[in-house]
Amino acid sequence: MNFFGSLLNALPGAVAQGMLWGVMAVGVFLTFRILDVADLTVDGSLACGGAVCVMMIRSGADPWLALACAAGAGMLAGLCTGLLHTRCGIPAILAGILTQLALYSVNLRILDGKANQPLSVDKYPLLVSQRYVRELSAHNPILPAVAILALLVGGLYWYFGTERGCAVRAVGANAGMARAQGIDTRRATVTGLMLSNGLVAGAGALLAQYQGAADVNMGRGAIVIGLAAVIIGEVLFSRVFRNFALKMASVVIGAILYYIVLQIVLQMGLNTNDLKLLTAAVVAVFLSVPVWKDRLLQNKPGGGKRHA
Amino acid sequence: MLELREISKTFHPGTVNARRALDRLSLTLADGDFVTVIGGNGAGKSTLLNAVAGTFPIDGGQILLGGQDVTRLPEHRRAAFLGRVFQDPMMGTAPTMQIDENLALAARRGQRRGLKWGVTRVERERYRVLLAELGLGLEARMRAKTGLLSGGQRQALTLLMATLRQPKLLLLDEHTAALDPKTAEKVLEITRELVEKHRLTTLMITHNMKDAIACGNRLVMMDGGRIVLDLSGEEKRRLTVSDLLERFSAAGGKEVGDKLLLS
Repeated sequence: MNFFGSLLNALPGAVAQGMLWGVMAVGVFLTFRILDVADLTVDGSLACGGAVCVMMIRSGADPWLALACAAGAGMLAGLCTGLLHTRCGIPAILAGILTQLALYSVNLRILDGKANQPLSVDKYPLLVSQRYVRELSAHNPILPAVAILALLVGGLYWYFGTERGCAVRAVGANAGMARAQGIDTRRATVTGLMLSNGLVAGAGALLAQYQGAADVNMGRGAIVIGLAAVIIGEVLFSRVFRNFALKMASVVIGAILYYIVLQIVLQMGLNTNDLKLLTAAVVAVFLSVPVWKDRLLQNKPGGGKRHA
Repeated sequence: MLELREISKTFHPGTVNARRALDRLSLTLADGDFVTVIGGNGAGKSTLLNAVAGTFPIDGGQILLGGQDVTRLPEHRRAAFLGRVFQDPMMGTAPTMQIDENLALAARRGQRRGLKWGVTRVERERYRVLLAELGLGLEARMRAKTGLLSGGQRQALTLLMATLRQPKLLLLDEHTAALDPKTAEKVLEITRELVEKHRLTTLMITHNMKDAIACGNRLVMMDGGRIVLDLSGEEKRRLTVSDLLERFSAAGGKEVGDKLLLS
C-alpha cells in the first residue's frame, strides 16, 4: 500500500487514540495552566486508572462503573499528592514524583502482581475498543469518545464558572491575592489536583479498554504527552480561542494532532523506540520558544518592555 | 476596632540573621480611625501590616479585631475582616481573570463559596456603577483581563475590591509607592473617597511624609519595631514636614531613610 493509503488507513486509530489522550491532556491542562503546578503524579494515576478499570471489568463489573471507580482512584492519588504538597510542605513536583513512585507498587498490587492484564472485547462489553475503530457502526470508539469529551468540557466549563471554580482559578493566577480574598489556597490546590488526576485516571481506564489491556508501564511519560497536547493546542489556537471551553477543546485537538503527527513520522520510518525522545524534544522546544522570544525582544534597544 | 497587645516578631530567630521586626508593639485603633504609618526602611511597618493580616504567625502578643481574638486565625480566615492593598500593583488582582471576575471574588470574601455561578448579571450591573465612580473608564472594560491594566488602574481596582465588602479594617501597604506622582495622587484621592464613603477604619503605610500628614486623623511613626511617635487631633493637623523630621530624630530615630527625606 502506498504512503497516503496506509496513512489514511491508520487515521481513525490516531484520532481515537488522540481523543482518549485528550481526556488526559485536559487533566494536565488543569494543573499546568490553571493551578500553575507541574504535577508528575499523572504517570502513575493513568496506569492506576487502567489497572482499576481492567480488574473490575474482569471481575464482572459494569464498564461505566469501572470507569467511575478508576476516576475515583485517580482522585485519591491526587489527594495524596495534594496533602504531601500543602500539608507537609513538599514541593509540588517532588510530591508528585513520590506519589507516582508509590503508585507503581500499588498498581502492581491492583494488577494481581502481574505487569499487565488483558481485557478481551469478545468477553466484556467494553465502552471503547480499537477493534471497531475503522467500522462505521455504533461500536466505533470515536462515538463514545466524542460524547465523553463533550460532557467533560461542558462540565468543567460549568465548574470553573462557579464560585468554587473561580476560587480555584484565582489560586493558580495569584495565590497571595486569593488568600487576601479569603480563599483557602491549600484546599483549592488539593481540589485541583484531585480533579486533574481523576480525569487522568479516567483516561487511563478508557485507554486500557481501547487497547484491550492494562499495563503497569502504560503511564510512562504520560505527563510529557499531556504537555505536548496542551502546548500544541495553545500554539495553534491561543489567538483564536479565548473562551475557556474552547481552550479545553484546543487541548483535545492538540492531543489528536499529536497522534496524527506521530502516525506520520512513524510511517516515514521513525523507530518506535525513539518516540519518547522525539516527544520530549518537541515539548522542550515549544516550552522554550516564548522564553527566547521575550529574551531576544528585550535585548533589542527600545523593543519589548520589562514590565507589562 | 483593632487592638494590638504587645506583639513581637523576630525573623530568622537563633541565626546570625536574626532580626527583631516587631518589639512588643501595642496599638489601638478606634472605630473610624484613619492612621498613617511612617518610618525608615526596616522600621517594621510592613511587618506590622502583615502581622495583622496573618501572613505569618507572630511570636508573642495578641491581635484583636472588633473585639475578637484573631491571633491564631489563618490568613484566609482573617481576610473576612480585612481589605488589603499591596505595594506591588501585581499582587492585588488575578492577572489572567477578568475585571468582573476579580470583583466577584472580592465580593465573596468571607462567604462560603458554593456551586452558584461565579459572577451574576445583577452584580455585574453593580460593578459597572462602582467602576464608573472611579473615573478610569474601567466600566467599559469589565471583561478585560486585569493583566492588561496599568499599575494605577490595578491599584484602583484593588481598592474597590478591598472595600466591596465592608471590611472591619483596611490595610494599605504603601499602595501608591510604585506609581508615578500623578497616578499616585489619583489613587490616593480614590482611597480618601472610599474610606469616607464607607467610614472605614484604616491603617496606611506611606513613605511620603506629605501624604502621611495630609491623610487621616492620626499619624504613627515607627522605628526598630516599636511606635516612637503617635499624633492625633489638633496636634496632627498642625504638623509640617520639618516638624515631623525634627520629632523623628528627637524620638530616637537613628537615621531618616533617604526615601523618607526625598519625598
